Amino acid sequence: MILTIASREFKSLFLSPMAWIILAILQFILAFLFLTQVEAFTTLQPKLAGIEGAPGLTDIIVPPLFGNAGIILLLVTPLLTMRLICEERRNKTLSLLLSAPVSNSDIILGKYLGILGLMLLIITLVTLMPLSLLSGGELDLGKLFANILGLLLLVAAFTATGLFMSCISGHPTVAAMSTFGILLFLWILDWSVGLNDQRSELFEYLSLLRHFQNIQSGLISSTDVSYFLLFIATFIALSIHSLDNDRLQK
Amino acid sequence: MTPLIEAEHLTRYYDKNCAVKDVSFILGKGEVLGFLGANGAGKTTTMQMLCGNLAPSAGQIKINGFDLLDQPKAAKLNLGYLPDTPPLYKELTVQEFLLYCCALHGITKASRAGAIKTAQERCGLTKVTDRLIANLSKGFQQRVGIAQAILHNPEVIVLDEPTVGLDPIQIREIRTLIRELGQDHGVILSTHILTEVQESCSHVQIIHQGQLIFNETIAGLNRQMNTGTLQISTRLAPDINCLSALPGISSIEQISANQLKVHHSITANPAEQLAETIIACGWGLQELTPIKRSMEDIFISLTKDHLDA
Repeated sequence: MILTIASREFKSLFLSPMAWIILAILQFILAFLFLTQVEAFTTLQPKLAGIEGAPGLTDIIVPPLFGNAGIILLLVTPLLTMRLICEERRNKTLSLLLSAPVSNSDIILGKYLGILGLMLLIITLVTLMPLSLLSGGELDLGKLFANILGLLLLVAAFTATGLFMSCISGHPTVAAMSTFGILLFLWILDWSVGLNDQRSELFEYLSLLRHFQNIQSGLISSTDVSYFLLFIATFIALSIHSLDNDRLQK
Repeated sequence: MTPLIEAEHLTRYYDKNCAVKDVSFILGKGEVLGFLGANGAGKTTTMQMLCGNLAPSAGQIKINGFDLLDQPKAAKLNLGYLPDTPPLYKELTVQEFLLYCCALHGITKASRAGAIKTAQERCGLTKVTDRLIANLSKGFQQRVGIAQAILHNPEVIVLDEPTVGLDPIQIREIRTLIRELGQDHGVILSTHILTEVQESCSHVQIIHQGQLIFNETIAGLNRQMNTGTLQISTRLAPDINCLSALPGISSIEQISANQLKVHHSITANPAEQLAETIIACGWGLQELTPIKRSMEDIFISLTKDHLDA
């Protein structure tokens, strides 16, 4: 039942120009950044060759590419998730799901997985770019995998936040704005750390960016992975709860 | 046999505002229940509670024996619901939309095509299967809504104002469809159009300010409508006291000096004695007509009585 809702959500993204446009723009911008990075590598290559233990091809190209993809998806995810529940409620189509024999968690998870499907597609397209380098060079596949995992967890967290905001907002624009606000705040939270030599461990722990960068560096620790998993689970649970609340009071 | 819907003491508050108060009823197989009420009487709230879209503040709902709160999935499998705004994904074609509804209601892949075909034929959608719902007229969208509700052949069908926005011919078709569905399902239909209830329902309930004030079969309703009042015109002004002494007369209402409305009990019809008395007294009987009360009269008098009480 979850998959029915998920596939409906995924397909309907492609019925409007929305998904196509986002895919096209993302691919264009990231390809541009990728080429700049490759260019940078070719100019640096002679110098790097002389240094012992210098960063390799993967280090120079992959983390910046995935880091940029993360930032762009921070902007894009709210636009994709804003309609999820909000629009159904506004168009009164939610009652179709509510009176069908599906539970609220099925609805939420279905919607979540539907968007995550598109995210997977985006990540696949991004990954294809560094993979193309395999034709002429060698990549540190372990590090590439760490980056893919990091980006995946990051956008999964973005999507969960967006889904929750869509559950509680009355208007898609409001949902998009508040999702963007929350995500950006969590993203920049650890910038304050560097300002006055004090390390706030709490801020550092809460920051999305910090955990993402840890994973990106190739160090997959359970702290970072469980941070993301907890983050996702919390927002999904909140979304289910908010949908339950819909039935109780209006 | 378990009744299809058992609603017990349903109550619903919006904040402190009581929208539905202590509503109880039972719906059996083969019944079409008309749910009548003025705007804001609590019809839609009751429907939403029956279909699990809204939790009642108090009370219990059982659908086909399954409690809506304890076994929501089992209960909802037996339920088809058309809300007041049909829940349609406008970016889909009729066929795609119905296919999705099939999947949501757990119809097996093998029987989906058959179910869709039957529903489309019943609702007259065969010609528009491949069109986008957004491009259909309001009437056709309403029909897609009905098709969605009967698609999985549920035991209970709840239709919230199903004929809104349809033209007279379509209304007649939908009413026929509702009567057909009523033969082997239980149907609840909410409306504020009284003739609709007379034409397609077997039972009537009137809800007013959140409370059920009338619960009868159509036959019982018709009995109420046929009897009770006689209109009398005479040439000379009659003596009212003399007439009200006649047996079976409950009250007399004077419209003008020469016109009377006589209300009488349902069992004894005093028309004959009235005529005899008037002629004997020489008042000159000119008219004696039994007044058939319309649904509107009953509705208005019931809601008015309730206000006075």
